[in-house]
Amino acid sequence: MTEKRPRIRVHGLTKIFGDEAGAALSLLQAGQNRADILKATGAVVGLQDVSFDVDEGEILIVMGLSGSGKSTCLRCINRLIEPTAGSVLVDDTDVTALSERDLMELRRTRFGMVFQQFALFPHRTILKNVEYGLEIQGVAADRRRDKALAAIETVGLKGWDQHYPSQLSGGMQQRAGLARALALDPDVLLMDEAFSALDPLIRRDMQQELVALQRRLKKTIVFVSHDLDEAIALGGRIVLMKDGRAVQQGTAADFLANPADEYVRRFVEHIDVLGVVTAGDAMRQPAAVKAWHSTAAEALASLTQSGEPVMTVVCHEGRFQGTVDAATLRGAGETELRLLLSDREAFVSGTATLNEAVAKLAAGRGEIAVIGPTGELAGVIANADLVAALARRRSETAH
Amino acid sequence: MAFEIPRIPLAEWCDIALDWATEHFSGVTRAISAVIGTGIEEITDFLVGLPPWLVIIAFGLLIWRLTTARIALFSMLGFAFLWNLELWRATMQSLVLVLVSTLFALAIGIPIGIGAALSKRFWRVVAPALDMMQTMPSFVYLIPAIPFFGLGAVSACFATIVFAMPPTIRLTALGILETPSQLVEAADAFGSSRWQKLFKVQLPLAIPTIMAGINQTIMLALSMVVIAAMIGAGGLGGEVWKAIQRLEAGQGFQAGIAIVVLAVILDRITQHIARHMRRDREGV
Repeated sequence: MTEKRPRIRVHGLTKIFGDEAGAALSLLQAGQNRADILKATGAVVGLQDVSFDVDEGEILIVMGLSGSGKSTCLRCINRLIEPTAGSVLVDDTDVTALSERDLMELRRTRFGMVFQQFALFPHRTILKNVEYGLEIQGVAADRRRDKALAAIETVGLKGWDQHYPSQLSGGMQQRAGLARALALDPDVLLMDEAFSALDPLIRRDMQQELVALQRRLKKTIVFVSHDLDEAIALGGRIVLMKDGRAVQQGTAADFLANPADEYVRRFVEHIDVLGVVTAGDAMRQPAAVKAWHSTAAEALASLTQSGEPVMTVVCHEGRFQGTVDAATLRGAGETELRLLLSDREAFVSGTATLNEAVAKLAAGRGEIAVIGPTGELAGVIANADLVAALARRRSETAH
Repeated sequence: MAFEIPRIPLAEWCDIALDWATEHFSGVTRAISAVIGTGIEEITDFLVGLPPWLVIIAFGLLIWRLTTARIALFSMLGFAFLWNLELWRATMQSLVLVLVSTLFALAIGIPIGIGAALSKRFWRVVAPALDMMQTMPSFVYLIPAIPFFGLGAVSACFATIVFAMPPTIRLTALGILETPSQLVEAADAFGSSRWQKLFKVQLPLAIPTIMAGINQTIMLALSMVVIAAMIGAGGLGGEVWKAIQRLEAGQGFQAGIAIVVLAVILDRITQHIARHMRRDREGV
């Protein structure tokens, strides 16, 4: 196996705003803190020694509250903001060392950017907006148009290409913003709070669509967000920023399980546990499992003894087949279980979140199966297990 | 014995500078003057040579295309009124002078405005010059204009350009500088060069603001009409000037009102275009 190389490597990124950046940088390297540096030099430390990698095809979420440096960090990647120190490598290109001219070329071909306030050009139609990057590159008019129309279709705006941005709703405008970035077919998408200005419902739709798109397009995405729920919905790795520093990197579940400090713990305190904890985390070994050729009588005895609400039935290879409840078993005598199966849909994948599990539980008879990648029975979750899992998380996050 | 502070010979300096410039450049400026003067005359003669009703209808159609039927109709009525007052020739002279001066003011002013927006250093040079151009009494421009361009329409045109250009420069620069920073950032993020950013984003977005500048330039040019008449530019200003010299209040007011009518027509047209563009840019 070849070693997977990160697409973007950010190393020791530091940004100091102000005229006295040089002096401030030496103070910073001498170990002084932000407040002291501000007092001594009037310079503001925006980013301090931030390092992270982004793998090919990954969505990395740079998260933090306002003023944490997350947007500065994103803009240092394509040098919309000039970093004071540190390096940004995209593949093997050191972005921080490029000349103006090479930087322009890199921005034209490698980066697509999506902005919080959409930043569509109001004097251009949607088509002309989406064409913008190609126009800048000098692509011929008809090829430009084809590519732009394809991008517009990809984001679901087909038929709106002759409208002006002001004629579109916020959600549609941001689709156009995304299309403008995608039309270039860039390797890297930089998304700056791309969905934060949208209504909550539209925001959730857009998140889901981005995930679906990403599954197809496999871009390398750096997504800046202040919203933990958004980070979870996008499902990528998270770099959590505070006061210009990256305080922790990992998945939301990592943050929940092992917060690096009090700040991280508080940040994830109000996390939607159901959306983070997986069915695999919450399941337990079933007490009542029978193969499908077993008789109803055998199963009834076993079920009564186990205390499970339903009997879980598997095939010879151990794959989940369905469940049978006590009422059905009673009076079914020697009938084989496979003829009595009901609730063949009462299962979730081990990687599914508890949100999905809850929906299945609500529709079923108090217990669902959890299956592995090949359909094999991995465990079960009953109502009580769900409650137990939630309680466990609560106690973990509340100290 | 009191110390006497000698008077600074400002007037003499100005004279020296002007004499020097006249000596070296008046050949060129006289040549330019001849060309422009002929041009202005030709256009005026052409317009006056046509039957007024035809000109009025042609103007009406043009204005209708540029704006609305209402403004076109109003303008036609205005021109008909001026014709009725037997001020047709004077009106055409003034109109040509105003439009030619405005064209020159735009041709010079818009590039200067762009330069001022792009370079802070250039702006620091331009800004005080603009203040001076606008606060200096406009009569003063007439005096040096004569040795350079001779008596008549071209000197009037020159003085008008100097006096009327500042709003175009200022508003061009303002329009470019007030491009929303996020749009400039977006243009940068897609790798636009400085010129691409200017021509594809900043200038198109600045057009409504520039139009407002053009409107002001036209109005200022029109306000120069009377002053320009003092050096023989003729037109409606000439009528006013004649009336002043002969103390004919009625004639004076008549010509004055004619200038107002022309001003209102030009203002309505340019304002409408500016507003229309703004609405286009910002959506309904």
